[in-house]
Amino acid sequence: MSEQFDPGNNYLDTRSRVGYIDFGKAKPSDYEELGFKCGLEIHQQLKTEKKLFCRCPAGIYQKNGEYDAELIRHMRPTLSELGEYDGTALMEFKTKKNIIYHIQNVTACTYDIDDTPPFAVDREALDIAVEIALLSKLNIVGELHITRKQYLDGSIPTGFQRTAIIGIEGEIPLENKKVRLIQLSLEEDSCREVSDVGHYRTYTTDRLGMPLIETVTYPDMTTPFEAAEAGHYLRFLARSTGKVRIGSGAARQDVNVSISGGQRVEIKGVSHISWIPRLTHNEAFRQKALLEIKDELSQRVKKPDGWKVSHRIIDYDLLSSRYQPISEAKTRGLRLVAVNLPRFEGLLSFFLQPGKTFADELSGRLKVVACLEQPNMIHSEQVSPDSVADEFAKLRRLLDASPGDVQVIFWSNDEDLPTAVETIEERCQLAFKGVPNETRKSLPDGTTIFERVLPGPDRMYPDTDSAPIPVEEDLIEKNRQLLPTEVHDQLKQLKSWKVPNDTYHYILRNNLMPAIRRIVDECGFEPKFVATTFGHTLKNISGKMLPADGFTYNKVYGLFKWVRENDLEKEIIGEMLPVVYEHPNILFDSVLTSISYTKNSREKILSYIPMLREKFVRRKATPDSAAETRWIMGYLRKWAVGNMPLKELRSIVEKEVADG
Amino acid sequence: MADLFKGYKGQALGLLKSYNIRVWSDTSVKTTRGDFRGIVLPRSENDDDRHIVLKLATGYNVGIAVETVLDMKEEGYKEAHYKIPEKEFPFSEDKPNVKLFGTGGTIASRLDYRTGAVIPAFSPGELYGAVPELADICNLTTEKLFAVFSENMGPKQYIKLAISIGKEIEKGINGIVIGHGTDTMHHTASALAFMIQNSPVPIVMVGSQRSSDRPSSDAALNLMHATKAAAESDIAEVMVCMFGPTSDEYGLLHSGCRVRKMHSSYRSTFRTLGDIPLAMIDREKITPLRDNYNKRRNDKNVKVLPYFEEKVALIYYYPNMMPDIIDALVDNGYKGIVIAGTGLGHVNKPVYPAIERATKAGVAIYMTVQTLWGYVHMFVYDTGRDLMSKGIIPAENMLPEVAYIKLGWAFGQTNDLEEVKKIMLTPVCDEITEREPYNGYLVFQGGIPEMEEFLKRVHK
Repeated sequence: MSEQFDPGNNYLDTRSRVGYIDFGKAKPSDYEELGFKCGLEIHQQLKTEKKLFCRCPAGIYQKNGEYDAELIRHMRPTLSELGEYDGTALMEFKTKKNIIYHIQNVTACTYDIDDTPPFAVDREALDIAVEIALLSKLNIVGELHITRKQYLDGSIPTGFQRTAIIGIEGEIPLENKKVRLIQLSLEEDSCREVSDVGHYRTYTTDRLGMPLIETVTYPDMTTPFEAAEAGHYLRFLARSTGKVRIGSGAARQDVNVSISGGQRVEIKGVSHISWIPRLTHNEAFRQKALLEIKDELSQRVKKPDGWKVSHRIIDYDLLSSRYQPISEAKTRGLRLVAVNLPRFEGLLSFFLQPGKTFADELSGRLKVVACLEQPNMIHSEQVSPDSVADEFAKLRRLLDASPGDVQVIFWSNDEDLPTAVETIEERCQLAFKGVPNETRKSLPDGTTIFERVLPGPDRMYPDTDSAPIPVEEDLIEKNRQLLPTEVHDQLKQLKSWKVPNDTYHYILRNNLMPAIRRIVDECGFEPKFVATTFGHTLKNISGKMLPADGFTYNKVYGLFKWVRENDLEKEIIGEMLPVVYEHPNILFDSVLTSISYTKNSREKILSYIPMLREKFVRRKATPDSAAETRWIMGYLRKWAVGNMPLKELRSIVEKEVADG
Repeated sequence: MADLFKGYKGQALGLLKSYNIRVWSDTSVKTTRGDFRGIVLPRSENDDDRHIVLKLATGYNVGIAVETVLDMKEEGYKEAHYKIPEKEFPFSEDKPNVKLFGTGGTIASRLDYRTGAVIPAFSPGELYGAVPELADICNLTTEKLFAVFSENMGPKQYIKLAISIGKEIEKGINGIVIGHGTDTMHHTASALAFMIQNSPVPIVMVGSQRSSDRPSSDAALNLMHATKAAAESDIAEVMVCMFGPTSDEYGLLHSGCRVRKMHSSYRSTFRTLGDIPLAMIDREKITPLRDNYNKRRNDKNVKVLPYFEEKVALIYYYPNMMPDIIDALVDNGYKGIVIAGTGLGHVNKPVYPAIERATKAGVAIYMTVQTLWGYVHMFVYDTGRDLMSKGIIPAENMLPEVAYIKLGWAFGQTNDLEEVKKIMLTPVCDEITEREPYNGYLVFQGGIPEMEEFLKRVHK
């Protein structure tokens, strides 16, 4: 049987065994059958002047890899408050990373590099966090307790993130259900990663310490699309305060996914909400596939506890392959190691995600845990490169392999070799249990790779450097007075105004409701017209070019107001807006000139109609009243815009054309 | 009874009692701000009495305001037992024996709920559990002499420490490590340097600037460096072993009488002043930077001089200092005063009469410099000459804290002022050096282009 084994076919067979459905073709009932559950952790930076626990400015970034100094740190696991070591911490200690920080004086101080204890919490950040917590219907705590959440990946030089719960147990209303919120916390942001190669990981400290809130939902979303809907809602909610940062990296999502029989897996740092559906879809099926592997293994291996790999260091001469990474490994003087995985036939090429198999899980862990850069292994069920497939036949005897065993070859230095073997064994052993608790990194193609073991509550520790901060009633009351209209009420309002729903996303994402209301209230324009001017016209313009410096939504308000004061017809706004967007600092009068507006009386405009009709008849043989109206309107439009309503003009033209 | 409500007082205590809730109770709480559920944690004694602390299931702690509580109910009970995993420290024949004395400080520590601060944990087993690398360096035994923060270290502790170290050396130990809080580490270092003379083995003081309960702590690496220095180095002196740069790269071995804590929180806070450090140390090697130090010997001929007179003082001179400050010391029976004077060793004229009164009363006054770097030079200006004529004795380039410790040690041995003076001005261990090398004074200034270039290239 082993003779005929074809890994390519096996991939396709296992894909259908898992029942994988292409993204976009799956129905809600498919997700229900999987037992799909999804929860979100939304991180949103707050728009404050300073960082959360020091007085560095917030929101300034190092450009083009510039830095003033660097320093190097290592992280060691420590005990939690309740006396336990955290699993992630121990794994990350195994990786022995040298963490390098690139510091720039303008953006980081000695607090950021953990050489100074924290200063008092930034009150501006606290205010914003309380406001968003109130909007999220959370129970606000009586006292903030700054807690240290351990991160041993080095993304924070202290080895932990300072974070505090603002409120627990809230909810947000989606179209068809309410989603419960577990909590909202105020935290300091982490470093930005520059690179991660071998035993060296480099970060910049500019983003570090900026205030952000993390909103965590219960796993109440039962389809990938609901997950995106909740993501959008929470984003709109935060933006409705007008006090959060926008732009690249200002909001990031961690997405938790599980299916029946699976485990909570956290997909970290999803930078676009629109990526969530495909990522969660694939993760659900990845878990399904891992459960299939578990079933398969339980058939094959009766005593999983005794399952072990065996390995041997082998000679390069044993391989005839010219596979480039192996030749490079030889040049670098690395050891070549063959590992036998008993009874794993068909599993290395087992489908897990589109284009990815179980072997990719091994390779991913070798990179993260043993610091072996990819490509870091080949295996006996590899589809490409073809040149390595034959190599494994020779190895089988050397490793004393039985039929049904499969083999992996990796290359490593002496120091990382034992960890690498351990890592392969550990991941295979986890396959007997199903889905490992882990965090995964998202890729743009909608698949994920291993990032680290999922940390538990054991990584929390009270911050002994700071005292509790009371959240007094008057602080809550003050923020309650300032609350913006809730997002779902804004949606209701838009619907009642009969605003087309393709504008909602743009309006809420950019928090335009306050501007729309102001224009409606102060200038007396019809709400639907104002909302579509933003949601269609402005969206259209902003899709084509970036706004010039000085363009704000306040300019749009100014435009509406000016048009009203100058007694122009509202259609002129659509003509003027692109110019205002591109040149926000020129006078509205000049904008009119630039679009060649002239003042024309209604009578004068209408007086052109007979002449235009004659012209049309002259150039067009067959009478066509619709075409005639269109043609005449085409001419009149430029004289009419701003001077009389086009709708009215059109009906006059139509009438005249119809009357003959 | 009080133990059931660790740290709670006033209103908060009353609330817990009224609902019959103990610390470590898994409790559900109804409040005007909504419902909460978690384990009631002990409260820091210094925090207010208006809040109850809960640990939520997510691991976060929150405070509940007493005035918002409508109802509380105990749902269960889960007491935490914080313990560093203890593993027996392995012994191997071919490794040197090192003794670690504990005085407190944060080399290894755990949370103290009572104060919310960290308290030290210490046994060899605990240390091995936390820093297993130590077993590759030496056979380690430990003895906890005191558990005090470094600001509480004083003459009694210096004496007990010196005697204990002397005994270990006489028993044939290969090296000594002393875990110590960093604030007054340099005071203790100089006390030990005076009290333990002619040591055949290294005596290494170590601490940490970031407590060991945090992943980025310098404690583990400092401890590895210190035990390595004690086990392997041939420098048989009292030394302080702490981070060289703030980066996790290497430590420095500082001579115990020339070292000083120079930053309130930096890891690289300890610096040798007026000279260069004895050596650099990392996990692989010890690189001596000087060669004029006492070498390790095979004998056990240590000399312990465990004396200290507490009636000495160190005063930091400031313009407008009034003479009554000095008068008060004299009236209170102080035998010796060290002044940290300005510039080359000066104080203002209004103090003169007090100095005269003091010296006439038989109080010894020594002058050091608050510039920290440089020698006292009292012949340069009239002020200096005036002061000397009034009996003030210049203490060369002794650091003010070191001069203070030495004066206490000297008076511990004799009340004869001439004898004290002889002791004070005879160098024991670098506290007075004959010369200041050009690289003994380096306080770089940021912003200067070549310095910025250096900072970018070299890990600080």
